[in-house]
Amino acid sequence: MSNSTRITAKNLTDKEFFYGHKACAGCGGSVAVRLALKVLGERTFTVVPAGCMSAVGFIYPQLCFTNNAIISTFPGTASMLSGVAAAARALGLENYHVLGIAGDGGTADIGIQALSGAIDRREKIIYLCYDNEAYMNTGIQKSALTPYGAKTTTTPAGQNVRGTVTQKKNMFEIVAAHGIDYAATASIGYMQDFLDKIQKASTVEGTSYIHVFAPCPTGWGTPIDSAIELGKEVVDSGLWYLAEYENGTFRLNKNPQEFTSVESYLLRQGRFKHLRKEDIDGIVRSRDAKWERMRSQWKTKTEER
Amino acid sequence: MKQQKFISGNEAVAEGVRLASPHVIAAYPITPQTVVVERLAEMVEDGSLKAEFMHVESEHSALSACMGASALGARTFTATSSQGLLYLVECLHYASGGRFPIVMMNANRSLALPWSIYGDHRDSLSQLDSGWIQIYVEDAQESLDMVLQSFAIAEHPDVLTPVMINLDGFVLTHTYELVEIPDKEAVSGWLPPFKTNYAMDFVHPKNMGFSSQPSDNTEFKYQQHRAVLDSISVIEEVDASFGTAFGRSYGGLVEAYRCTDADLVVVSLGSTTGTCRTVVDDLRTTGWKVGVLKIRFMRPFPVEAVLNAIGHVKGVAVIDRDISFGYEGTVFTNVNSALSRGQHNIVKLNFIAGLGGRDISKSTIRTIFTKLQQGVEGEPVKTVEFIDLTVDTDE
Repeated sequence: MSNSTRITAKNLTDKEFFYGHKACAGCGGSVAVRLALKVLGERTFTVVPAGCMSAVGFIYPQLCFTNNAIISTFPGTASMLSGVAAAARALGLENYHVLGIAGDGGTADIGIQALSGAIDRREKIIYLCYDNEAYMNTGIQKSALTPYGAKTTTTPAGQNVRGTVTQKKNMFEIVAAHGIDYAATASIGYMQDFLDKIQKASTVEGTSYIHVFAPCPTGWGTPIDSAIELGKEVVDSGLWYLAEYENGTFRLNKNPQEFTSVESYLLRQGRFKHLRKEDIDGIVRSRDAKWERMRSQWKTKTEER
Repeated sequence: MKQQKFISGNEAVAEGVRLASPHVIAAYPITPQTVVVERLAEMVEDGSLKAEFMHVESEHSALSACMGASALGARTFTATSSQGLLYLVECLHYASGGRFPIVMMNANRSLALPWSIYGDHRDSLSQLDSGWIQIYVEDAQESLDMVLQSFAIAEHPDVLTPVMINLDGFVLTHTYELVEIPDKEAVSGWLPPFKTNYAMDFVHPKNMGFSSQPSDNTEFKYQQHRAVLDSISVIEEVDASFGTAFGRSYGGLVEAYRCTDADLVVVSLGSTTGTCRTVVDDLRTTGWKVGVLKIRFMRPFPVEAVLNAIGHVKGVAVIDRDISFGYEGTVFTNVNSALSRGQHNIVKLNFIAGLGGRDISKSTIRTIFTKLQQGVEGEPVKTVEFIDLTVDTDE
């Protein structure tokens, strides 16, 4: 199953595995799902919990996954995945992938217990978290991965509180702390890097976790053609990062010499429009502290693939 | 070759699971279920059971994993109790709606608060509407036998519905009996591997666990209802065929004891029934025309079987190890509803007993028969009574 040829935009299959769904115009999450399935192929069992991708993809009789797929309970992505993996072993199947696709709330909030258990058991599964930084399916409520300052429908920006007051939960390092076989961060703005990481995960003997940044124009108050650009800008401005964890080692895949403007990234989005200069300065300071730590503790040389 | 072992109810369940050869077992411990998963772990370790044994992180994950495995056509088993059953409730309804033929043992135990590790039926009875077939067994032999029968019922193409086998916590899970262990090859012949057209496969990929719209949701629920109703005849067939193969059968959905000519009948679930039979035998020697009806399946509810067995009597007392606060015991609600379809001059009383592990003694059951006789004679009696209550009431 594992394809030794590097999968790129040039040789990516024309087959569609997530097709005819009802995602919003410009949805970043659906791009991540579509690409991941193109890399992994038709012999992939997919588990998707309650959330955007199941809400737009599984409305009987309009079912849009052309591979085997099932909606799990909201907390149950990784536990149902584990059951699929166990059955596939017990039934003696060969040459297949087991892929979970959950959003930020489904991963970092309600699904974190089952995810932790699956990593602990070292299940041979690929867990893909598409992070659009809030509960979008239910109408843009704050999740544990909503960034500081963002306005959501449960963190309104008013006179007293200016949006979200918590920091984004550090899922990548939480997962790595389990001693997971492979973990990576990615963004749909850096597509080749994302394709590489899915392909890498497909060859891992054990659990893989890929956390892909996936902008949501509907929830973020941005134009419908902005998702890819925002997914690039968030990395270039240092508010997100491309990294891997493997064999006990963290590695930064991209280490910008200079960051682009945080203010420009934030203020083009409706959810951050209320931020004042001191708020943005605080976000920049916390970005710099994170990068100082990553640069000093993680490997930074990007290996050739 | 069949053999006999001196084992507990929990161990009898584990022996039944070993004989049923599931592909996947998901285990999370809770008192008083733990011995089941401990024995299964040992069986997998020593090679006498070839299964994927999953150490999951919660009951919710246990049933969620079983559903994932079942989606691929695997035979699956898990076990829980009480708080654990409630923790996985979301998955109960999910599994029945998804038509996953999972078999789960539940050790009946009281629900917090106040905390109690001892038995009553408030855990499983609170989930009668979950779409699961619910069995209540009386002894260790029946526990083992019903594990085997449960897979046959759940996986029947007309049923495809999960089954919950309920054992009274401690009274049954932790007491030892001589149990006949059927021969493995005989079981394999009687219970063939699970085959279904509704599992995921690579030739005909499936999208499962989907959403529905108002235009078709009712039809899905109707099909589910029909499947559980249709399980009535399957349960009877499976019990009869099990009897032919192994020499033991249980009468299907109810078991009536000395009810044919009875005037007064108590209705019970599970392990209380044995005590009731003893009291019935004692009272019969002094001329009382009494009997006991054991309800083996609470879902599907055996309306016809109940009417056939006790529709002719003068008085029925339902013992409930349960209370639906502000109303009555749930077994009573169901029995009363069934009896209302027959003749209308039966005196029907409900006794709330055995909560949180309190013993239901022979004396308690004799008192129940006495009160029922008083009711039949027209004396004023309470319809719903907490029996053996040690606090004063002003009722």
